[in-house]
Amino acid sequence: MMKTNNALSRAANAARRQVARAALGAAALLVSTTAAAVNSLPGGPAVNQLDLHPPVTSIAASQQSLHYIVMGICVVIFVAVFGVMFYSIFKHRRSKGAKPADFHESTTVEIVWTTVPFLIVIAMALPATKVVVAMKDTTNADLTIKATGYQWKWGYDYLKGEGEGIAFLSTLDNTHRLASDSGKPEPMDNYLLKVDNPLVVPVDQKVRIITTANDVIHAWMVPSLGVKQDAIPGFVRDTWFKAEKTGDYYGQCAELCGKEHAYMPIHVKVVSQEDYAAWVAEQKKAMSAKADDPSKVWALDALVARGQQVYAANCAACHQADGKGLGPIKPVDGSPIVLDADKAKQIAIMLNGAANGAMPAWKQLSDTELAAVITYTKNSWSNATGQIVQPADIVAARP
Amino acid sequence: MSAVLPHGHADDHAHDHAHDHPHGWRRWVFATNHKDIGTLYLLFSLTMFMFGGVLALGIRAELFQPGLQVVNPELFNQLTTMHGLIMVFGAIMPAFVGFANWMIPLQVGAADMAFARMNNFSFWLLIPAGLMLIGSFFMPGGAPAAGWTLYAPLTLQMGPSMDAGIFAMHILGASSIMGSINIIVTILNMRAPGMTLMKMPMFAWTWLITAYLLIAVMPVLAGAITMTLTDRHFGTSFFNPAGGGDPVMYQHIFWFFGHPEVYIMILPAFGIISHVVPAFARKRLFGYTSMVYATSSIAILSFIVWAHHMFTTGMPVTGQLFFMYATMLIAVPTAVKIFNWIATMWRGSMTFETPMLFAVGFIFVFTMGGFTGLILAVAPVDIQLQDTYYVVAHFHYVLVAGSLYAMFSGYYYWAPKWTGVMYSEARGKIHFWGSLIFFNITFFPMHFLGLAGMPRRYADYPMQFADFNAIASVGAFGFGLMQVYFIVAIVIPGMLGKGEKAPQKPWDGAEGLEWEVPSPAPFHTFETPPKLNAAATRIVG
Repeated sequence: MMKTNNALSRAANAARRQVARAALGAAALLVSTTAAAVNSLPGGPAVNQLDLHPPVTSIAASQQSLHYIVMGICVVIFVAVFGVMFYSIFKHRRSKGAKPADFHESTTVEIVWTTVPFLIVIAMALPATKVVVAMKDTTNADLTIKATGYQWKWGYDYLKGEGEGIAFLSTLDNTHRLASDSGKPEPMDNYLLKVDNPLVVPVDQKVRIITTANDVIHAWMVPSLGVKQDAIPGFVRDTWFKAEKTGDYYGQCAELCGKEHAYMPIHVKVVSQEDYAAWVAEQKKAMSAKADDPSKVWALDALVARGQQVYAANCAACHQADGKGLGPIKPVDGSPIVLDADKAKQIAIMLNGAANGAMPAWKQLSDTELAAVITYTKNSWSNATGQIVQPADIVAARP
Repeated sequence: MSAVLPHGHADDHAHDHAHDHPHGWRRWVFATNHKDIGTLYLLFSLTMFMFGGVLALGIRAELFQPGLQVVNPELFNQLTTMHGLIMVFGAIMPAFVGFANWMIPLQVGAADMAFARMNNFSFWLLIPAGLMLIGSFFMPGGAPAAGWTLYAPLTLQMGPSMDAGIFAMHILGASSIMGSINIIVTILNMRAPGMTLMKMPMFAWTWLITAYLLIAVMPVLAGAITMTLTDRHFGTSFFNPAGGGDPVMYQHIFWFFGHPEVYIMILPAFGIISHVVPAFARKRLFGYTSMVYATSSIAILSFIVWAHHMFTTGMPVTGQLFFMYATMLIAVPTAVKIFNWIATMWRGSMTFETPMLFAVGFIFVFTMGGFTGLILAVAPVDIQLQDTYYVVAHFHYVLVAGSLYAMFSGYYYWAPKWTGVMYSEARGKIHFWGSLIFFNITFFPMHFLGLAGMPRRYADYPMQFADFNAIASVGAFGFGLMQVYFIVAIVIPGMLGKGEKAPQKPWDGAEGLEWEVPSPAPFHTFETPPKLNAAATRIVG
């Protein structure tokens, strides 16, 4: 049954798309077939979407109805005012023998058309006020999560509520980033929206999102949830949502944050209460298993293998998989700092960043991850120093 | 612009022989004549407009399809940043100053601008600033890429070109302030006897108010970018959170400048439209007094709405409510203006030469931008639309269909006075319809992209957005071509003096002192104060 339903709705979607495409006219057909090759992404953008996302929270629903109200009023006024103008344009033209009238002021008319718009904007402001107040009420949250913007990924820390203590980074799937660079990405429904670790939250629970940032201003946006909140370094701000339907909801960074601005998506997975409990249990188990003992002494190959993963997830976007860098991004391959016998130099850059933050600080990575990635860079490509940086070295170097 | 001609206009010279002025290149470098300086301003802004347009086409070429084909993300950010800075500070603002230089002394019956040498200086300051802006692309690390709003702390990560950009902004600001002082003093002190303030042409009125806005806010911008500069180089932490600074404070300061700036770019446009509509409706402007009051209200309100650009920064409930209400209030005086223009048309005897076409196009399309502005003012809706393509659509509707269309309207209206020749009406109509259609093809689909949540300043985007982006890119190239057409088919022939000779007053419904002098306007006009009729629209005796 479900299957047929899906098939039906897919067919209906396809049909709707056909119509929409035809309506977009020759221009679209001539110039592009990309959108035609992908499907709408539930919880994300639809193909040639014309309206706000289908709302999943009460706030998003009120935003949508406010938009309809204000838009409706605007359209009515627009049609009325320009109805008059175009009537005048067709009637009162010299070619139709119109003679100019002589009036040029009327206090009554002018008072009326100052007062009426004033009343109309008050009528718009009243319902909007209610939504503003509701939107800003972040009290009594069931779950509090901190979202930290990094150049260019999101970090999530579950601060309070079920799942407290869970923390992870959420990064765009690197194959999508490479596809973007290739200039000819294959059609993908979730192009630039696929992350390694989505944010998982329970349905029907009030989730408070505290935003902050590590480097520059980012903005945490998920249209279906009706949420957009700037993430400001050095400050915390908050917003909230209570998703009423399980599902996957997508958003992207909405404040210019540097070159990879378009490549730090947000994926919120809203699951049932039971699934959430199960996910939390699984995370906790994985965390205790994964927790690296920073006093462990590693062998070179094991550390290099681990470092390769860390490099791919965090460094390759800028320094490239081949370590050669790109444009203003310095190469790691052959870098005198990497090759230097004094390990402390590279450790310091990893912990503190360099070039005014163009190379960000990576102190949020674990001691083992930092040790691994430094060891990897010191022993990859043409770099063959044979040096090992152990997690203990990082522990010692941390301020 | 007839003045660009090396020869000809013997009568001008005969008329001017008592007032010797330099010829050749000295005429321009040492220019103190308001008409020459107006011409220089207009040519400068036209050049910057074309350069900014090329940057825009770079953006649209990249966004034509998903994936990166044309530029990399760093260069993309440089393109969006410099497109914004160049269009705002290099094209629109100087262009309006050019109109003011040419027209205000003619309109108020003054012999020249009040401070002729300062006028020269404020123009020639533009050249190094413009060169620095363009040259920043060739500096190490490329041009500034932090967006035209130059938000901290992203600006602290920029390369040396950021400093060049800040320096250029300072120079442009100084130039604007000098230009504004000149305009204010000219208007307040040099009007012909009998032209009281409430008989003054609307363009002079809107510029008078604009000039006050400029003097009030350009120093604020200078402060914001100076603090950015000292944060970058001298160890201060105004906006750097690592040292206890507040990045949001930058935004407050910037938008305290930025919102009045929006009106700086549109009020003179309102002035132009208030001349063109009555001229072609052959009927006096409806509600002159309320126009003046509406313009002043908009100017005053513009100082208390700035944080509607910052609804997503997370301000308190009362802050959001205040800025939402104040912003919505601006709809009232703006509506009054639109109503007044339509009432001016009502029962007129209209003809639709190119200036009128652009004026009607302005009223129609600018109002769409006004309405989307009202929608954006509603804070909860803005949470969805902030920093999406909806905002891009909105401000291009008010800046391109608003400011730029009004300038085209003003160009076609006054160019016969500048050049002494009529433009080709057929070419003007092609320019109008081409621009109108391509403008809407470019920017209308962006409303949908924004509603669907496509963030602005993105070098690449999810594929569901592909069709609308492709359409917008096609429209953008069409719009660009129409502006090349404008230069080649209309501006250049005008400057070369090709075309039918313009009569002193080519528009039978036009009013004002600029139509009391011959076409092209002689080098010196109103050397002795003219004697005006009661309405201060004609010279008597």
